[in-house]
Amino acid sequence: MELKSRVPDGPVAEKWDKRKFDMKLVNPANKRKYTVIVVGSGLAGASAAASMSELGYNVKNFCFQDSPRRAHSIAAQGGINAAKNYPNDGDSIWRLFYDTVKGGDFRSREANVYRLAQVSVQIIDQCVAQGVPFAREYGGLLANRSFGGAQVSRTFYARGQTGQQLLLGAYQALEKEIAKGGVKMYPRTEMLDLIVVDGRARGIVVRDLVTGKIESHLADAVVLGTGGYGNVFYLSTNAKGSNVTAAWRAHKRGAAFANPCYTQIHPTCIPVSGDHQSKLTLMSESLRNDGRVWVPKKAGDTRAPNQIPDAERDYYLERKYPSFGNLSPRDIASRAAKEVCDEGRGVGPGGRGVYLDFADAIRRLGKDKIAERYGNLFEMYERITAENPYEVPMRIYPAVHYTMGGLWVDYNLMSTIPGLHVIGEANFSDHGANRLGASALMQGLADGYFVIPLTIGDYLGSNKLEPVSADHPEVRAAEAAVVERTKRLLSINGKRSVTSFHRELGKLMWEYCGMARTADGLKHALQEIPKLREEFWQNLTIPGTGQELNQSLEHAGRVADFFELAELMCIDALHREESCGGHFRVEHQTPDGEAKRNDEQFAYVAAWEYKGVGEPPVLHKEPLEFENVHLATRSYK
Amino acid sequence: MNLILHVWRQAGANAAGRFERYEARDVSADMSFLEMLDVVNEGLIANGQEPIAFDHDCREGICGMCGMMINGTAHGPMKMTTTCQLHMRSFKDGDELWIEPWRARAFQVVKDLVVDRSAFDRIIQAGGFVSVNTGAPQDANAIPISKQVADDAMDAAACIGCGACVAACPNGSASLFTAAKVSHLGLLPQGQPERYRRALKMVAQMDLEDFGHCTLFGECQEACPKGISIDFIARMNHDYLRAVATQREETAAGGTG
Amino acid sequence: MSWFVNLYRSTIGKKIIMAVTGLIGIGFVLVHMLGNLQVFIGQDKFDAYAAMLHGPLAEVVWGLRIVLIVAVVLHVLMAWQLTQRARAARPVDYRMREPQVSTWASRTMRWGGVLLLVFIVFHILHFTVGVIDPAHAFHETDALGRHDIYGDVVASFRIWWVSAFYIVAMIFLGLHLFHGAWSSLRTLGVAHPSAHPLKRRISAAIAIIVWLGFTLVPLGVIAGIVH
Repeated sequence: MELKSRVPDGPVAEKWDKRKFDMKLVNPANKRKYTVIVVGSGLAGASAAASMSELGYNVKNFCFQDSPRRAHSIAAQGGINAAKNYPNDGDSIWRLFYDTVKGGDFRSREANVYRLAQVSVQIIDQCVAQGVPFAREYGGLLANRSFGGAQVSRTFYARGQTGQQLLLGAYQALEKEIAKGGVKMYPRTEMLDLIVVDGRARGIVVRDLVTGKIESHLADAVVLGTGGYGNVFYLSTNAKGSNVTAAWRAHKRGAAFANPCYTQIHPTCIPVSGDHQSKLTLMSESLRNDGRVWVPKKAGDTRAPNQIPDAERDYYLERKYPSFGNLSPRDIASRAAKEVCDEGRGVGPGGRGVYLDFADAIRRLGKDKIAERYGNLFEMYERITAENPYEVPMRIYPAVHYTMGGLWVDYNLMSTIPGLHVIGEANFSDHGANRLGASALMQGLADGYFVIPLTIGDYLGSNKLEPVSADHPEVRAAEAAVVERTKRLLSINGKRSVTSFHRELGKLMWEYCGMARTADGLKHALQEIPKLREEFWQNLTIPGTGQELNQSLEHAGRVADFFELAELMCIDALHREESCGGHFRVEHQTPDGEAKRNDEQFAYVAAWEYKGVGEPPVLHKEPLEFENVHLATRSYK
Repeated sequence: MNLILHVWRQAGANAAGRFERYEARDVSADMSFLEMLDVVNEGLIANGQEPIAFDHDCREGICGMCGMMINGTAHGPMKMTTTCQLHMRSFKDGDELWIEPWRARAFQVVKDLVVDRSAFDRIIQAGGFVSVNTGAPQDANAIPISKQVADDAMDAAACIGCGACVAACPNGSASLFTAAKVSHLGLLPQGQPERYRRALKMVAQMDLEDFGHCTLFGECQEACPKGISIDFIARMNHDYLRAVATQREETAAGGTG
Repeated sequence: MSWFVNLYRSTIGKKIIMAVTGLIGIGFVLVHMLGNLQVFIGQDKFDAYAAMLHGPLAEVVWGLRIVLIVAVVLHVLMAWQLTQRARAARPVDYRMREPQVSTWASRTMRWGGVLLLVFIVFHILHFTVGVIDPAHAFHETDALGRHDIYGDVVASFRIWWVSAFYIVAMIFLGLHLFHGAWSSLRTLGVAHPSAHPLKRRISAAIAIIVWLGFTLVPLGVIAGIVH
């Protein structure tokens, strides 16, 4: 396996223009002869499917939900970054690029990040033209807010529902193309394997989740926009259905998986309330604009928050990071919360929580202003916890939120399998070891609206693709493998439910491959995970059959893949002997507890090649060069 | 707390359904309604029975996938709340709950509490968009939009497409859903060129999908987890009436060149 | 006319037809009520008013009657069609559905409407045509030889079940207008957006005025004020 990043030559600011000019084009009349499969209908998938259909390609779009509008992008709250510099505070494409590379702790590919910053500007224009109701000032112009990891206000938002509004924009564009006949939509359909013919991705095998029918769809190229794998931890802010299956199946068919250990732990989530917990709810990072994070100075202080005088509170983010304070980047804020809780200063049941206090902001701005900014978030918090955040400080704790790792892609967003492209959170390319707030929406839409519609043409235009028939042995083999695996899952007839396995795997991962990782812990996890996986395949029970809607069966297939991914994550985390961004190795920290990178040995992308279940994967390295942003210790002090 | 559940079980679209009685024991007040069902399902699986199928995904009240009638109320007793965000502290020990799927001809039961809401997608396909392709639109700030208009449009755009409006409507009408999209786009300057055509097409599709009509009972507004106002229905009616009065036959003439 | 066909076929169009015909009805009802209240001025004025409607204004009255008949027919036809449609839209009903905010008035539009239709037929047969003549007073004339509507009203409302039927029917008319006056403006899309769209002060006033205005007549007869 060779990792060819295919980054264009020349200055970073000209690379994308150069690539756009050098790319092979497909003549408009010929586009309709090509079929492209898009898996996933979130920001990346829906925008890609719509945009490619607008260009004239035949698109088939698949999602496991009942409608493309349900994709988990919808849950993003805070906003989307763009280097518009509307507030005149010194923002620029270069600054967004710089902030993103630095925020990613120098583990992302410069050229990709620069392109992301460049097209960010177009995204906002596009979304406004589609009718996305972004927040506005009284003068009628777009409003901006600031977000973690940046010192400029470059975040556009639609109340606390930015992801929803952007997704509905993309969804509406998609429905427009479905109505025209350019896109054929397959909801409640899950991709279960990738079809590779002569080394090229030529289709997918899917299961109709209502009828259980397993069938193949063939195409000239396949695009995965299937999101991240945070649900390997069982408890995360991801939707219950979010899974790694599509990406993992592609990985098993030859696509390298890059940096799987980079997981983002979001600092502001509602703490776990009990064993029944099925998911964690994020409170938008934007709350940190006005909320102050603190814990009691004294360990074991059980007084009610209002009873603790200011002098006995530790506003630890403001203390440790005076210039960014409560707006420190996510990884730093999360780790700091874990630290104070480990010291016994955590609050709430179980001591796993810190306060996010709005008392000062309410005093300064008035309750109405705070209600206007965060009203819906406060309501959501009260619904879940029965506590009123206008009166009592919120309790928050970090939770798994986003995965920076994903399938390895080149500059054109193509994986190591020719023809298989990966966009959005499912790829690894733009966020390095840590993603800044309001950048996920930006990346999903950049890839879907502005990158893949062009690069797909380059692939189709520069390769001669022979037609593949439905009877091709590779197609038949892939189908048979899916049928076989489904049968196997249904015939275990053991005693334990899939949820119980998932929960146990999640606990292992959170404990040993979570916010702080040690070599010993990871080695321990690498012994435990295969044991649990063995048990899964021997003691699982799935009621019902495969010829109907069977949610246990769907879940089981996903958890089976999480087991294999979990192992790879631990292997990756163990091999990366440094701390960077969302990957914190306890052995590698500065005396004051900050992450210590090792640029000499680890300034590379770790792309893993699959060799079989339980077999050690093979590491391939893509060296990272920083020609524009100088490698520096990331400091937010 | 302990609860008694009567849950609608139906094996498939064409199968006959019935209520089954289950006991939910040791339910914590901090559980969400769906987490309570998770626990019931784990118990069923342990007994080798099929778990209750229900749609859900984000579990934070925004994806619109979950939804069921709980004691005759869409999404249960708490206002402005989806089923996944409804917590068990809204109930008390010994409560008996009747849990039914959304019922409408347009929302066929797929299994148990899962229904098919693809009619909503088709209503959007009929015109719930602005016909701009990805490309080079003008600068985002080129057209100022008053804050009031942007806020009103956002109020309408907040719809999550869960279907509670249809479920709660005595007539099984999808007017609130359709009106929300007609109004969101019809309020904004970007939506003006297609405003009347959109209203016409979306209403026609809504009728084609066998939804009932609007009698302005107001039940939809009350059931809506996002509190979308029935005033948007008045707005849709206005746009529709104007569209009917001013429509012209669409011809291909003068378009291409 | 294709626009009318489209309108007629769509659910919103049917509702618009109901709203327009309903508003015509409200206008008629208000005028009718004002006419009725002249009964309190005395027999002479009241019979003169009746004579004027049948004499110099007969053509106008017939014109209005035709409008009204068409309105009622359309209103009932649309209600019938939409009711069928609503039934079809939910072929399997809930075991339990708890109304949250819908008013009793809105939920009795259908049965209340049927009752009103029965009432209208009865009322026409009673006071307009005289086929139903419980007081045997329809063919009486007053001192000036005019048709003695006044006497018929007084004699009829002295019969307890006639008064009871009119009073009950007027309660349903009030309820019908309470929902109808409010919803017709929203159906026509001319209502202003409101922070509390379910509040309906004007239609409540119309409903109470109409109910009171019509009910005062039988009450006046029963109380002996009109005799």
